[in-house]
Parts: sequence; structure tokens; C-alpha cells
Amino acid sequence: MSSKIDKWLETNTFHHGEFWDILKLVEEKEKKGLKISLCIPTLNEEKTIGKEIVIFKSELMERYPLIDEFAVIDSGSEDKTLQVAASFGADTYLAADILPEVGDKRGKGENLWKAIYQLKGDIIIYVDADIKNIHPRFVTGIVAPLINNDTIKYCKAFYDRPMAYSTGIRSSGGGRVTEILIRPLFSLFFPELTSLIQPLSGEFAVRREVLEKIPFPIGYGVETAHILDVYREWGLEAFAQCDLDQRIHRNQSTNALGKMSFGILQTFLNRLKSYGMVDKLPEMATIYRQFQAEGNRYEQLTREIVEYERPPMITIPAYREKFGRSETKKD
Amino acid sequence: MAMTFESILASIHPNREALSSVRELLLANAMMIGEIPAPTGHEAERITFITNRFTEDGLQNISIDEAGNGMAILPGKSPQKNILVCAHVDTVFHQSVDHAMSVTGTTIMGPGIGDNSLGLASLVTLPEILKRLGIRFDSNIILLGCTRSLGRGDLGGIRFFLDNNKLPLQAGISVEGIQLGRLSYTGIGMLRGEISVSMPSAYDWARFGASGSVAILTKVIQRIMEIPISSQPPTQIIFGSINGGTSFGTRPTSANLRFEIRSEKEGMITELKERIIDITEETENLSEAEIEFSVVAERQTGGLGYGHPIVRSMRKILETLEVKPRVEPSVGELSQLIERGIPSITLGLTRGENKNEFNESIDIRPIFGGLAQLIALLQSIDGGLCDEQ
Repeated sequence: MSSKIDKWLETNTFHHGEFWDILKLVEEKEKKGLKISLCIPTLNEEKTIGKEIVIFKSELMERYPLIDEFAVIDSGSEDKTLQVAASFGADTYLAADILPEVGDKRGKGENLWKAIYQLKGDIIIYVDADIKNIHPRFVTGIVAPLINNDTIKYCKAFYDRPMAYSTGIRSSGGGRVTEILIRPLFSLFFPELTSLIQPLSGEFAVRREVLEKIPFPIGYGVETAHILDVYREWGLEAFAQCDLDQRIHRNQSTNALGKMSFGILQTFLNRLKSYGMVDKLPEMATIYRQFQAEGNRYEQLTREIVEYERPPMITIPAYREKFGRSETKKD
Repeated sequence: MAMTFESILASIHPNREALSSVRELLLANAMMIGEIPAPTGHEAERITFITNRFTEDGLQNISIDEAGNGMAILPGKSPQKNILVCAHVDTVFHQSVDHAMSVTGTTIMGPGIGDNSLGLASLVTLPEILKRLGIRFDSNIILLGCTRSLGRGDLGGIRFFLDNNKLPLQAGISVEGIQLGRLSYTGIGMLRGEISVSMPSAYDWARFGASGSVAILTKVIQRIMEIPISSQPPTQIIFGSINGGTSFGTRPTSANLRFEIRSEKEGMITELKERIIDITEETENLSEAEIEFSVVAERQTGGLGYGHPIVRSMRKILETLEVKPRVEPSVGELSQLIERGIPSITLGLTRGENKNEFNESIDIRPIFGGLAQLIALLQSIDGGLCDEQ
């Protein structure tokens, strides 16, 4: 197990700096005849959407034609998100107006799903709209592995979360929900998936042939469902991940993270059910898997955590003798 | 065939309209530059960005000099002349400040966006702008991002460039993000000084009349304020910052004043400097404190006349854009160009607010007029229409 994860980390984990030459990516993309679409799902993002559009349009369409089309797909913003986006020439859509015959559900997953119908690309890149320090690397880093390697189908972003560290080694953490919920769950049930450093990041690029075959929870569970479904169908080899350095965004309250975790847990348990794993739980793993980074190299940290249980004290003869107690039998 | 000044003026409005096609390129450059912190003396990362852009645009002689300036040449068709277009790279903001830019439909906000991320963005976008407008100059255009411009940097970047540059410069244009309409063609006389008062360790605090460094510095300030200054041509003494002492009742042993003198009157800076030296020396002798006066930066008054062809051309260009010229002398790069006899002006590209505050902002729409103005001026200089007869 560990050697497979280590190998995957070696071959399928990248740093955006490897893809600084955008011209080379454009040439490779054209050689393979790929069309690439970018989707920005939005809900009340007027403060950050303008900059994302200006920078992506300038750097990835005008300067280097890496992106063939991009669209803002909105869940019904009440602020000026769509107005600002349109003023910089973005194609804007209301999720409700796409495929109206299937109805309208509110949630980010809905926008991502409808983008498959609306956009024409062979690869669709999804980038959240709340990134304050937006930069072309947020696109190039996650699409490059798919352009360069035909076996990679799904590439996730991960970020260096600024933490104080005094040596060259730093722990590479996901968000709070990843560390508290997802990583323990994956360690128990799908250990190979722990190699994804930030499974919940909102920036990822996927081939159409994959997107069209997987279901989309419309709420918090969409990223988790994708990972589980893609893993089940295509295995760990289909994934890649790219370090995009820092991502600055608004922080969510613990309350909001609780809601998010609840949604994710529903998705996760639904998957266990549909995979027929509920009454056939695998051998419970006792290895907990985290990561540390040294420079741009990542390695897995495994820790054995065994939850040994002691029996009720009343079952111990010495205890019964000392306190003159007898073991009462249940009927 | 060389363009007449009339045909240049006639092309300003069509150019302004056509320039909206470079909006995203220009604004992306401005924001990406703005998000790289560049306090004076720490401009290297911004310079790397700029020179990378020069490389992507296929410019020539791309280099970073010993002062950290980034430069490139946009070659002309028959390059007998060289026109310098420069913009300062440094900002007043410390590295730790949040440099994130935000854009609404009509404005961009963020520290240093007007001073001078937009100016720099125009510099790096200029090659693409000219390509799209189908304009090629006879002259070489030297694009220069200047380091160490502000405060204690004291124009270190442009000084180094002008001291060591081998190419003869026909004219210079210093580009600032804000304000559109700015027309600077004189360098204002300026002196930045620091006065430090410290009490010797053997100072007798118990003797009659003993006073601390704060009181002594106050006396110095009072004496400086008593110097008679004529209102025309304008002269100004700005007491910028004062520091001293530690607490309510602790005798202060040191105090420090930073100030700036600006004057449009020739010789006034030297005269005031001598008066201030006299004041500090006299106070030192009377008080037994140690008073040190140091000059951080100094430049003399000078400049072009209002009727100089380059100034006249700029006035006509602004008139065509229906922008009222705001004539103001400069303490920036312009003063160095003028000191070396290179006919030069400083112009601004758009309207903006809260300069050098965290919420500094610029208006997007007027930028295209600002760029059309820059192009028209370059065409005028290139066509020999700004040469003195």
C-alpha cells in the first residue's frame, strides 16, 4: 500500500512551477487537438469575480490561447456578480436557464453539473470564485497534467497553507474538514485516497469522458463523491494533484464547517451503501495517513493508531474480590 | 511619411476607442504587478515580472542593471533617436501589507494601484498596444522600470541609469498612474532632512534650565518656523514626522524630526539649508545637547518653459481629450532628467483616489484616454514635432 502511494506521489503530484511555460502547454494542447473550457461557479462573488475574469482572459485566452471558452455559471446571486463578470466580457449563465427541462436545484454541484452541458471542451476546469490572490497558475497547474498525460483524468489542486515551521520540513495540511473528517474516513475505508492532499479543494480539471459518467451531489458532497466514484471506476492512476502554493480566501466559521461535514458524511455513507460496503466493512485499518512536505517533495506519514478496548471492570476477578461484587448476568 | 501634429491630434479619439481591446491585458498587468510587494529597495520581484513581460513581447536589450532597474528597447525603424519612457517601480507599502487588488466593473482598488502599478502596466503593455494600433516609431523606445525612487531611495534607480547610460536620449516621459491631466515639466527644488537631538550621557539634569531632547527639538522647530518665506514663487516646509521620548514622566534623551522643503524659487533650497544648519548649530551650543542635521535627499529647481514644444504639444493633446491640464512641478524621475538637460515631462493616465492609502483606487474608463495621450506624445516626439527650433 505505502509503496503504491509513494510511487503515485512521485509520479502524479506536481508543482505549478513545472508548468511555467504556457506556450509549451498551448502547443501540446493543439497537437492533441484538445478543447479546454473553464467554468467559474458563483454565488454572490462580486468582490473577487472581476479580477479572476480579467486575469484569466488576459493571460490564458489573449496572451496564450490555452482556454477556448469560459463561463460564469451562477446560482442566483443577489449582488453584482453577473454584472461585473459581463462587464469584462465573460459569458454568464444562470444555472436555472441551462437544461430547464430537468428543473433547478440550488447548490454549487448543480452549476458544475450543468457546465458539462453548456461548455464544449474535452477538458473542463473548475475554479472557485472566492480566490483573492488569483493567478494564471490556478488554471495552468491543474490542466497541465491532463494535457501532458493521457492516462490522467482528474487533477486536483492543493495548497500550501501558511504555517510557522522552523525547519525545512512542514506538515502539509488540508482544510479543517479534510483533516478532521475526510482523512480519517479515507484512512479507514479507502487508504489509497489519503494520498490526495486536499480532496475538497474547489479547483480541479476533469476530462469530459469522466464528467459525463458520474453523478453530482448538488451540495457539499460533490468533491467527495467525485473522488470516490472516479477512484472506483478508474483507480488511483486516473488522479493527479498539483501544488498551487498559497490560496487566500475567506475563512468559514466552525458552524458552517459543521454543516459542510454533515453533507459530506451523507454523501460518503450513501457511497458505502451503493458500493455494497455497509454490511461488508473491510478489515478495519489502523494506519492513519498524513503528509509532510520538504521543498516540493511530499511523503506520507503513517501512524498506527489502535483503539484497544478494556472490558468492564466488573469482569475482572481481582476487582470483584476486592470490592465483594459479583458479576450479574444479563437475562 | 511623417505625421503632422494635426493628424496626430485627429488620431487621439479613434485610438482611445480602439484601445479598449487591450483592457484585460492592461488591467491584468496592473493587478499582477500591484500584487507583488515592492517597498523601496525591495523591487527585485516586480522587476523580474516586468522583464519577463519584455521577453514575452520579443523586445531587445532586456536587462537588469546594477541598481536593479529593468529595461528593454522597442526598436525603431530608423533608430537615430532614443525616447525614454520610464515609471517608478517602488511603493510606500511594506511587504507585510495585504496587496490583494479587487476590481469592480468601473474601478480597481488596492495599495499602490495608481502609484504606480498602472504606470508600470502601461510600460509593459505598450509594445502590444502599438502592435494593435499598427504604430511603429522611427526612434527606439527605451522602456525603463526605475527602482529606489521614493523617500530615502532618492531616485537612486534613475540616477544610476542616467549616470551610466550610453544612448543619447532625445526626450523622456515619466508615466504615473494618476492623475490624468497631470503635466509636470519642471523639477521642484527639494530637500529631505532629518534633525536628531540626543542628550550626552554626562548631561546634568539637575542644573537650572535643564531640558530634555523633546523640548530642545521643539525650539529648533519653532526657530525654523520663524524663517520668513515669500509666497511667490511657492516655498513650503513640511514637518513630516516627529519621534522622541518613551513615557509621560521619563526625561527624553533623544528626539528626531523628519521634514521636507519644497521650493519653486531657484536657490531657495540652498538658502534654507544654510539657515537650518545655523539654527541647529546655535541651539546645540546653547543647550549642550548633541544635534545632528543630515540631508536625506536634495534636488534643485529647474525645468522647461511653458512654451517648450514638448509642453505645448502635451497641452494640445490634453485639450483634444477635453482634460484640463494640472500643472505641477515634480520631485520624481523628471527632476533627474531635467537636471541632465533632457527635455521631459511627467504625465498621468487616469483618475484615482486615496493615493498611498490602503484603499487607493483608479477609474478604469479614463485609462484609454490616458494611453491615447501617451501615444500621441510619443508620435509627436518621434516626428520631431517637439524639437526646439
